[in-house]
Amino acid sequence: MSKLYTFLKYFFITFWTVFVVAPFLWAVSTSFKDFQSVNSKVTYIPWLDFEPTLEGWRVLVKSPAKGGVDIVEPYFNSIFVTCTASLISIVLGTLAAYALSRFTFKAGFVRNNDITFFFISQRIMPPIVLSIPFFIFLSTIGLLDSLLGLVVVYIVLLMPIAVWIMVDFFNRVPKELDETALIDGCNPYQAFYKVVLPNSIPGLIVAGMFCIIFGWIDFFFAFILTFTEVQLLPVKVVALNSSITPWWSLSASALVSVAPLIIVAFIVERYLSKGNLSGALK
Amino acid sequence: MNFKHKFVFLFPGLFVLIGILIFPIIFTIRLSLSGWNSYTPEMNFIGITNYIRLFTDDPRFWESFFRLSFLSVTTVILQYVIGFALAMMVWREIKFKRFFRVIFLVPMMTTPVIMTVIWRTFFHESLGPVNDLLGGLGVKPILWLSDPVIAKFTVIIVEVWQWTPFMFLLLLAGLLSLPKEPFLAAAIDGASPFRKFVYVTFPLMAPISIGAIIIRLIEASKIMDTVFVLTSGGPGTATETSSFYIYIKGLREFQMGYAATLSFTYLVIMIISLTIIAKVLTKLMIKE
Repeated sequence: MSKLYTFLKYFFITFWTVFVVAPFLWAVSTSFKDFQSVNSKVTYIPWLDFEPTLEGWRVLVKSPAKGGVDIVEPYFNSIFVTCTASLISIVLGTLAAYALSRFTFKAGFVRNNDITFFFISQRIMPPIVLSIPFFIFLSTIGLLDSLLGLVVVYIVLLMPIAVWIMVDFFNRVPKELDETALIDGCNPYQAFYKVVLPNSIPGLIVAGMFCIIFGWIDFFFAFILTFTEVQLLPVKVVALNSSITPWWSLSASALVSVAPLIIVAFIVERYLSKGNLSGALK
Repeated sequence: MNFKHKFVFLFPGLFVLIGILIFPIIFTIRLSLSGWNSYTPEMNFIGITNYIRLFTDDPRFWESFFRLSFLSVTTVILQYVIGFALAMMVWREIKFKRFFRVIFLVPMMTTPVIMTVIWRTFFHESLGPVNDLLGGLGVKPILWLSDPVIAKFTVIIVEVWQWTPFMFLLLLAGLLSLPKEPFLAAAIDGASPFRKFVYVTFPLMAPISIGAIIIRLIEASKIMDTVFVLTSGGPGTATETSSFYIYIKGLREFQMGYAATLSFTYLVIMIISLTIIAKVLTKLMIKE
């Protein structure tokens, strides 16, 4: 029984690891191919199956005028939009979450839980429902096809995540902490800033990571709300996926775009192993 | 505590969110009562004509809705089962534990559309590695993207790859935060691993499971990126989900008014059904 279980366990773990890694290996291999080695027959291993070339990687930094793809600018756009929107969402979301966790609100039939639900329920909204009115809204105020417009939209995507994680987290930070601070003569803002916040670093890190992940991976809003002035990374990469697809530069740009967040996987794992995350995520 | 302070904390976030959302929502409702399309691009008023059309004369929307339900429920169940299994496996000591944890987390950090572009080359019917390797085993080429039934499963495979890590993360974090005493008690009673799971681990994990499933269902109901790149809703309408159908009506055919009707109806259905699912799940999984 237990031998069979151990065998099945390792079999499953191996199987899943291969499944997870397979598309990455395929992308790495493809990124070194040329037209011939993509289109003649399926090839896998460089030098053995095909002669590797760096062409797929070179076009990434060439300007479009010279037949390149130039993903450098979209890259910085993506970083800017993701980070700015995450930062604003975290700040506003954390403040709101603190209020919802510590004070009681009453307005008609609305209670704390309803307000929290209102924040979180924004995630239910399918992007398509918002994209048409946002399109018209942003063109009215002249923010269509601009970084600032995207930041505004991304706040709607990210603030619910920040509130969701931080409300749960603050609920587990003992109330005695702020009460002691208040007795010691802090005003509520000082109590929050000097006592509660420093004790909430793990929660803030988790909320921050989730905001960055969900900001970085969004495609649809960037696809609808920007055209030529501003391009984000996912839109740029998908645009390569036209009728005659250059699989090599597609693979190379895909790898470059997903690389930064894979570091996040290591950070998350560190926190899991140290046991800090389990409190923040429940 | 002083009365005013709590509003200083709450209002910035609340009002920014409401401020950004109020226009789109009112606008969608108003638009849904208009006949805005590419011939008459104006905000006229045609009453509930669009709603009548939706409820009496648009089987394609309802088909896309049931397809979406099928896809999201299937993927979430698979993600839950696999995610739970993976979390259980790397919960306790195991060789290369941290390595496997990182590997299991990686897909959720990658951009769905971008990975889907890679998956598209992966499942390419003549130049992709899957059919090539299967061909080596003597399997006939499988029409991953152009067969109406198989294309659905291809979408499911990609979605499961992408989002099982999310389930895995929430469940593993939950497992790691469980109290030790119930497990000690079960060990003293000499419970088998199977009974331990059924009577100790699973009930303790029920609240976390419900949370994780509901969050995933919410996210899965928005499935769009994968379909958009992988199959564009095709072949035919075989993988067309509600979002994608609304996208076609609104931004390809420019029937803005009708698309707004679809959007608003879809949103209402989504909120109602997710609330019901949440209630039912809570009842089913927490018996005491």
